[in-house]
Amino acid sequence: MEKSFHLTSDQITRDLLPQKFGLRGKIWTASLVVICLIGTFAYYRQLRYGLVVTNMRDYVSWGIYISNFVFFVAISLVGSLITAVLRLADVHWATPLTRIAEIIAVSAIVFASIIIIVDMGRPERFTNLFLHGRIQSPIMWDVIVISTYFFISCLLLYLPLLPDLKILLAFKEKSGKLLNRLYRFQGSFWKGSDAQFRVSDRAIYILCVIIIPVAFCIHTVTSWLFATTYRPGWDSTNFGAYFISGAFLVGAGAVVVAMYVFRNAYHLKSYITEKHFEKMGRIVVLLALLYLYFNVNEYLVPAFKMKKPEAEHLRQLFTGEYSIMFWFAVLTGMIIPILILVFKKGRRPLPMFIAGIMIVVGAWFKRYLIVTPTLLHPFLPMQDVPQSYHTYFPSWEEWAIAIGSLAGALLVITFFARIYPIIPIQETITENETVTENKD
Amino acid sequence: MEKKTTSRREFLTAGILAGLATGCSVKKNPFEGYAPGDIQPTGETIKLLSVDGEVIEMDKAFLKPVPDLPVMTNSQERHGIPGKKFVMVIDLSRCKNVGACRRACNHAHQLNPGQNWIKVLDMKEAEHTAPYWQPTTCMHCDEPPCVKVCPVDATFKRQDGIVLIDSNRCVGCRFCMAACPYSTRVFNWQEPILSEEVAEQHYSCETSIPQKKGTVSKCDFCPDMARKGELPHCVTACPNGVFFFGDMNEDSVTNGAETFRFTELIKDKSGYRLMEDLGTKPSVYYLPPVNRNFPFESGLDTAGTASKIDQPHN
Repeated sequence: MEKSFHLTSDQITRDLLPQKFGLRGKIWTASLVVICLIGTFAYYRQLRYGLVVTNMRDYVSWGIYISNFVFFVAISLVGSLITAVLRLADVHWATPLTRIAEIIAVSAIVFASIIIIVDMGRPERFTNLFLHGRIQSPIMWDVIVISTYFFISCLLLYLPLLPDLKILLAFKEKSGKLLNRLYRFQGSFWKGSDAQFRVSDRAIYILCVIIIPVAFCIHTVTSWLFATTYRPGWDSTNFGAYFISGAFLVGAGAVVVAMYVFRNAYHLKSYITEKHFEKMGRIVVLLALLYLYFNVNEYLVPAFKMKKPEAEHLRQLFTGEYSIMFWFAVLTGMIIPILILVFKKGRRPLPMFIAGIMIVVGAWFKRYLIVTPTLLHPFLPMQDVPQSYHTYFPSWEEWAIAIGSLAGALLVITFFARIYPIIPIQETITENETVTENKD
Repeated sequence: MEKKTTSRREFLTAGILAGLATGCSVKKNPFEGYAPGDIQPTGETIKLLSVDGEVIEMDKAFLKPVPDLPVMTNSQERHGIPGKKFVMVIDLSRCKNVGACRRACNHAHQLNPGQNWIKVLDMKEAEHTAPYWQPTTCMHCDEPPCVKVCPVDATFKRQDGIVLIDSNRCVGCRFCMAACPYSTRVFNWQEPILSEEVAEQHYSCETSIPQKKGTVSKCDFCPDMARKGELPHCVTACPNGVFFFGDMNEDSVTNGAETFRFTELIKDKSGYRLMEDLGTKPSVYYLPPVNRNFPFESGLDTAGTASKIDQPHN
């Protein structure tokens, strides 16, 4: 961190301008594109033959599409945490991380919307939601808050980008003709005058205030898609808070992973420093403990009572068919990251990166466990249906589409980092100057 | 018994159609010109009452069911039958898992293999309690959780108490399936296999025919039959008179052979509803499996027949 204070503005600009893909970048992008194409082909098959290509059936009528959707919505919450909460709290160290968090938020929320359309039996009737929408359905609430969140997140990505677009336009020779045209289209009106900065700062401040309740809404409403039903395992008053704490955790985990990758890929060691990891580590460990607390509430209280409909569900999770996945998700998603990150030595880039990966992977399986096992424990016995309705394991089409959507989200982030500076240049310069001034 | 029902139904159909029958052809449009060459007489004749009041005899082959006219508008279908409040009573002491209800229902609604709107469940509450057969239909709840969650008003509660699905509007989100505590809803995971004739029929929420790919379906209490003053298919098909159907406003239910005052029947036999504690207020009442007509074991032979059907395949 200390080092960055002595950087000149020119140095900062040079370091942070978007860079062309190297060989590794090209391979990375190409593989993501291939995975996306496979997913698209699987979706073509689904459109053609119907949802029969999935292994969802009448009992497990929601599968990994929905758990993937919950995962995406969860991860997108980090945008509000890093950008809004830390900005409002005047935490300056997080400045270099804001854009990483915000692009994760935007791309995740886009793919959350895509995957929910993929899950629909009649995607071409999507417009019915607007033609015949009924406000008492939690799905309508989700449509409203997710689109609101999307627009606010886009603005929070765009407004702080304006000063950087001016800088990008100043280095015309570095970016191609096409990119320059894009930069001009998006930011040519930005002169960088005091008046413009005043308006922009004010707008960002207001958006930061608004996005926090909206962020809470998107994930609370997503949890209500489950909690508003009678099903054992979903019928819980704890669900809103439980989902939000889990969402902040997985989002923060994803930011840690992204920090590590960008730091190494773009040689940003003087911008994303060990100190950033140390501070993010503290945040992550706090969030993990919080999520663990809600998990204890969610599972231990019903397990103490063992009401009949809950009992079978909980037994399957603790010791039955889903026990391996359940304990894997608990250990890798919470316990082990906590054990790594409570120690100062654990809050260094590499162990943080590993903990971040564990949190994200654990979180994905956690979402699967929230959605599927519940559906296999209905109130009335599963009879008079084909044998295959009694179990669920996703088909290759489901895997391809789910993994394809994850790859798609990564692809959006990758392209964004190729086109725009992933660390805000202008803000870093300003911060650098104020810190230097204060020192003098 | 079953044979008898069939002939009765045939007679009824014949009576209703008598006026139209002579002018009808096998062509899809019943009012199209009659082409005698198209039909081969079967030799089986049937007696009909002509419009002039004469009893005439004609070959069976010349009879052709006509679509029910006039066709309801969607808003009429959503409104329901005025002044009615439909109710069903299922007498568990009479059920021996024959499965005729399910077969009749599947046939009438053109359900595909693996789909059952009626499930006859092998129930046993606890280790030492008695097992019994429980036919399960849609409960047509007065506080339907499925209707609450539907984002597009594709599933709705009618004035006459029936919960229906409009397959032309359903977006296939399956939230209603997750919301229904009775697991009564089935999904068309693939393009339904239908005969050309059925597939080309005008879709109606009341007949639920033809089924549509990517949409939800379920037991509809056969409102098309109720409009004609007839009983749902499961009620007429059951050889043991398990199902009673009727109107709460008239306070009567019937299984075709016997008719009871609904309130008295429920009072005398201690009728109850499923999962009362959830507050869904079902329109289907059950009479407890006491003084049974058949031992539970007699239904075991037919158990699981509906589960042996292959799942839909890609």
